[in-house]
Amino acid sequence: MGKIEILDFKKNNLRKINSSLQNINHKNNKRDFVIKNPAGEHAICAGLKEEMSVTIKGHVGYYCGGMNQKANIYIEGNAGTGLGENMMSGTIHVKGNASQSAGATAHGGTIIIDGDASSRCGISMKGVDIIVKGSVGHMSAFMAQAGTLMICGDAGDALGDSIYETVIYLAGNTKSLGVDCIEKKVTKYDLKKIENLIKIGNVKKLKPHNFKKFGSARKLYNFNIDNVSDY
Amino acid sequence: MLSIRLLNYYYMCGIVGLYFKKKKLHSQLGKYLSGMLDNMSSRGPDSAGFAVYNNVSKMYYKYSLCIADKFLANKFELEAKKKFNDVKIKNLSDHYVLETLSTPKTVIPFLKKNYETILIVGYGKSIEIFKQVGNPKDIVKKFKLEDFSGSHGIGHTRMATESAITIDGSHPYSTGEDECLVHNGSLSNHNNLRRQLVKQGKSFDSLNDTEVAAGYISNNLSKNKSLDKTLKNCLKDLDGFYTFIAGTNKGFAVLRDEIACKPAVIAENSDYVAVASEFQAMAHLPNVNNAKIYEPEPGVIYTWGK
Repeated sequence: MGKIEILDFKKNNLRKINSSLQNINHKNNKRDFVIKNPAGEHAICAGLKEEMSVTIKGHVGYYCGGMNQKANIYIEGNAGTGLGENMMSGTIHVKGNASQSAGATAHGGTIIIDGDASSRCGISMKGVDIIVKGSVGHMSAFMAQAGTLMICGDAGDALGDSIYETVIYLAGNTKSLGVDCIEKKVTKYDLKKIENLIKIGNVKKLKPHNFKKFGSARKLYNFNIDNVSDY
Repeated sequence: MLSIRLLNYYYMCGIVGLYFKKKKLHSQLGKYLSGMLDNMSSRGPDSAGFAVYNNVSKMYYKYSLCIADKFLANKFELEAKKKFNDVKIKNLSDHYVLETLSTPKTVIPFLKKNYETILIVGYGKSIEIFKQVGNPKDIVKKFKLEDFSGSHGIGHTRMATESAITIDGSHPYSTGEDECLVHNGSLSNHNNLRRQLVKQGKSFDSLNDTEVAAGYISNNLSKNKSLDKTLKNCLKDLDGFYTFIAGTNKGFAVLRDEIACKPAVIAENSDYVAVASEFQAMAHLPNVNNAKIYEPEPGVIYTWGK
């Protein structure tokens, strides 16, 4: 590991900073970065594709860490809409709150949000694990297809609406469940999975048995095999 | 598809609001508000506007007028000085702020009758409104927003979607004394609502959806309903996407529709409350990184300066 390199938005623009992170110099092999003065810029650390660690000192705008592969991104502030959208692997950890659609369509990796996440958290998620230590807003895990959404606080209206194979673990209460989302029995396998997520997210004060499990009732049109003849 | 559609919803127009809790900061309003508008250029490059509230006098009325024709403006200035009591006129770009003791009951009908081409942008004892077509960065410079002082201000940068890029289609909309509204989103039942309001005696200058919302709000307020109650009714009667900032001479209120596709973020500390579509707009405010930063919840009314 080389020395930590500092990237400052007061000295460089977004395109330069992102491009230097997307094309790291393999000769000196610097893989530790600190980003200063992000000032809510959009698409910071979008499209990273190699193992590295980036610490962002401040609040970020939309689509931070979007399409991320392998990189570990740590945000010492709040994140805007679409945090880690379509992420493939790696980790994104937000110290503050995240806005709407955190982890939207993300295929893999882990997103940890220390504060609250706003509405539509994990919308259309496709395999990512999202750990929210606070609460989430309405329509979270809408049309979520795979992966796990763990919520340590409460959930807003219509949790898991039209959900597919994503599993939701919820410690608090939900205002209402969405269409086709039901509570399911927590199995031994689930407890192990929750324990692992608690460890990854460094969740305090909660034990695996504090969580309820929610998933798809598989009653919607697309789950009915008879409808296949329509095509 | 889903994410592409959502992406479109997230953009389209930027709104900002700044309210000072301390009097000593009033002189800085223009400076910070212009920075906020400038930062929201990316969300709305078509036109921009802002309303600044400054309670200088309890006697005088201020009429913000847009007069595109210089000759007409000169003619109007001469006639206004003769016709109205104690007139002062301030000119910034194509906007003229007429300050006089004469009340709206005499001034507005006079303007509508004799000066059809003059656009009454807004009026009140405290409000001054400016709006123009073009890049927000140029517009704040033309109107010298940096030099303004006041207790609170509201601004808008527009990406036009449902009506033309004209001054008529620019925000903020003011349809009542010291009232104004900026809006990020689009309403779907504005034509119906406009017809209902016209029947109740309201008149509208444009085909814009936000003007209808502003008319709806001032119609409710004129029936002595509180701003809180009025906005609650909005949730029931307005159909569509919206984040509103509604200003009065005392402060402003923020409301998001219950689906909350349109973004908003609030930063609050002991000095000020800032509202904007994106955090980016307020990143230049003093000490903002240590302020309490949160998103207004859908369907909940937030008010400052009641």
